[in-house]
Amino acid sequence: MVDMADYWPVVLCLGLGTFLLRFSFILIVNRVTFPEAVVRMLRFIPASVLPAIIAPAVLLHGADAGPTALARPLAAAVAVLVAWKTRNILVTILGGMGTLWLLRAVL
Amino acid sequence: MNEKRLFFRDGVRDSIPILFGMAPFGLICGAVCVNAGMPGWAAVGFSTIIYAGASQLAAVQLMTDHASLAVVVLTGLVINARFLMYSASLARHLQGIPLARRSLLAYMLSDQAYALAIARYGRADGASVDRPMYFFGAAFTVWLCYLVGAALGASVGAFIPPSWDLGFAIPLTFIAVVVPAIKDRPSALAALTAGTVACLADGLPYNLGLMAGAVTGILAGYLAERRAQHG
Repeated sequence: MVDMADYWPVVLCLGLGTFLLRFSFILIVNRVTFPEAVVRMLRFIPASVLPAIIAPAVLLHGADAGPTALARPLAAAVAVLVAWKTRNILVTILGGMGTLWLLRAVL
Repeated sequence: MNEKRLFFRDGVRDSIPILFGMAPFGLICGAVCVNAGMPGWAAVGFSTIIYAGASQLAAVQLMTDHASLAVVVLTGLVINARFLMYSASLARHLQGIPLARRSLLAYMLSDQAYALAIARYGRADGASVDRPMYFFGAAFTVWLCYLVGAALGASVGAFIPPSWDLGFAIPLTFIAVVVPAIKDRPSALAALTAGTVACLADGLPYNLGLMAGAVTGILAGYLAERRAQHG
């Protein structure tokens, strides 16, 4: 459960920070060049941050005990395959959730 | 109808196929917030003010885990760092319009609006497009659709039984976003390293495991790429 005391600090800081990221260059309208190493590292941000959230959420947190222990990892594996084949967010979510529910029902 | 409105209309029209992916994503963001214990207004406020789905879902996940506020905000900002690149890439196309309008367009900047606009500007007849107007048409449509989805999700989210484990939609959404981003060996290595380190370091306080995973992943990808280029 989310503690609502955290709500406004999170919304305001994350909201303002995200706006500033979006506005940055549009505000100054200059063509500033980053150092090359920084540009190369920026490219790996999505490929690193998201797996660092995904892996513990799938493998460690909220794992089932007993016969359905593998339900979440298997559902995530199906989602990876679906995402790879379709590149469609909605189909990936439906495939993963469907697999999770199916495994919990039959195992 | 004057010329500017025509370009606005073009932006709206070109964004329509994307809405079929955008509305359900908004719906999930709204429903996940309500499921995590937020009132409906707070769920819609989350999507309106932050307006960046992946970082919102990460924030909800971390707030549910009672991470410190600094970690929640920092993680969200790192996920949204890509907007810095979009902003740099779009800036020269939005030159010459008043500051207030530029700030409105910046607020509405999304992955989808960026992709549509850059594709349109790059076409053979791209030079004749009213660039801010086209961007506004596309970005506004995507924004509206996402928020309508979030409001719908917030109103149905409370009726979804806990046994459905709706929160699992969060990592699934990230899987859908990250898989297409893994295009070559260095990015695959970055993803594997980040996931492994994050699991090994999961017990660390303040969700430092997440930061450790992300940083080692970025470094692993960067070094692998350098190695591939320098032999």
